[in-house]
Amino acid sequence: MTTPSALSKARWSPYLVGALLGVLSVITFATMDKALGTSTSFVQVAGVAERAIAPEHTDANAYFVKTIGTTEKPKPWLEWQLALVLLMPVGAWLGSRMGGTKFREELPDLWKHRFGPSKAKRAAFAFLGGAVLLFGARLAGGCTSGHSLSGGLQLAVSSWIFTASMFAAGVATAFALYGRKGADHV
Amino acid sequence: MSDAKTLLLGAITGLVFGFLLQRGGLTRFRTILGQFLFRDFTMLRVMLTAMLVGGIGIYALRAGGMEIVMHIKSTAILGNVIGGLLFGVGMAVLGYCPGTGVAALGDGSRHVWAGILGMLGGAALYAEAHPWFTEKVLGVGAEGKITLAGATHTSEWLWFGVMAVAAIVVFGIARTVERRKAHPASA
Repeated sequence: MTTPSALSKARWSPYLVGALLGVLSVITFATMDKALGTSTSFVQVAGVAERAIAPEHTDANAYFVKTIGTTEKPKPWLEWQLALVLLMPVGAWLGSRMGGTKFREELPDLWKHRFGPSKAKRAAFAFLGGAVLLFGARLAGGCTSGHSLSGGLQLAVSSWIFTASMFAAGVATAFALYGRKGADHV
Repeated sequence: MSDAKTLLLGAITGLVFGFLLQRGGLTRFRTILGQFLFRDFTMLRVMLTAMLVGGIGIYALRAGGMEIVMHIKSTAILGNVIGGLLFGVGMAVLGYCPGTGVAALGDGSRHVWAGILGMLGGAALYAEAHPWFTEKVLGVGAEGKITLAGATHTSEWLWFGVMAVAAIVVFGIARTVERRKAHPASA
């Protein structure tokens, strides 16, 4: 598995990837006292950015104060999870380089087929989609990593409710956007 | 800042996490949409396998006497449902979730940048809305840090058994559906 040939194989079996993510979770729980998660990092970065622009407003926001503290008494925000999030693109880049894939995507094919070649339109909807999903993640208390993966494997009720709701809405939205015919262009 | 060792461990975990998501193809828009449109079952295959291996691993180590602290998030039924629904809508539009989206930055996705900025905007917006949700939503169905096994007074192993059977059924359906779509009958 750690032979160069396996590392240079562009795509691994989803079962192998899943099993290794499971092992990674066991390691973070057992040796780091941490659960894989990503969405809290977005609150930290958004809060620190907002504090740089509007310190008084941010210092008066209880949700941000709970996460990053105040200007006077800042909490450490560069911690385990943000370090993880910052290094994820590097890990994916290594995976792509070592696998020899030169993938570049300005617009997904499926999107272009349905909504046309405008990059501005795609950017606008990507922004909106990102905003809605992170708002939902913070309302639910986690995302696909923190809830679905880490929470699901702990059998947490909250995480299974989140995951079922997420999947149902994802399927409904995808079919509403692309229809049954669009599915043939995935 | 946390101590250097914690940061280093987080960074290494992030490297491995991003690498694995890339190798699984989860850093691709088409893999995520393919799952929601039931054409590519990679996402469910990865998720279910990860939950089974990780969950059985952690509960087995605890049963064996190792002290592992659980990190269970509180149940707030209405918040979990509404948050999950919003998340699913946004994920189908963007084509990534936060983790796969960040990883996709390193796997050639140019259009995910707008999504990442949107996520930061969504986080800031939620910070403004949090007091209202705390008052109106998060108290509904607030059951605390409960698990499927604990809430039903059953064994964890029963639930992992159910999950394993469900996974085998899903993997079987996935295989049939993907085969049919790859080689459509003459109809």
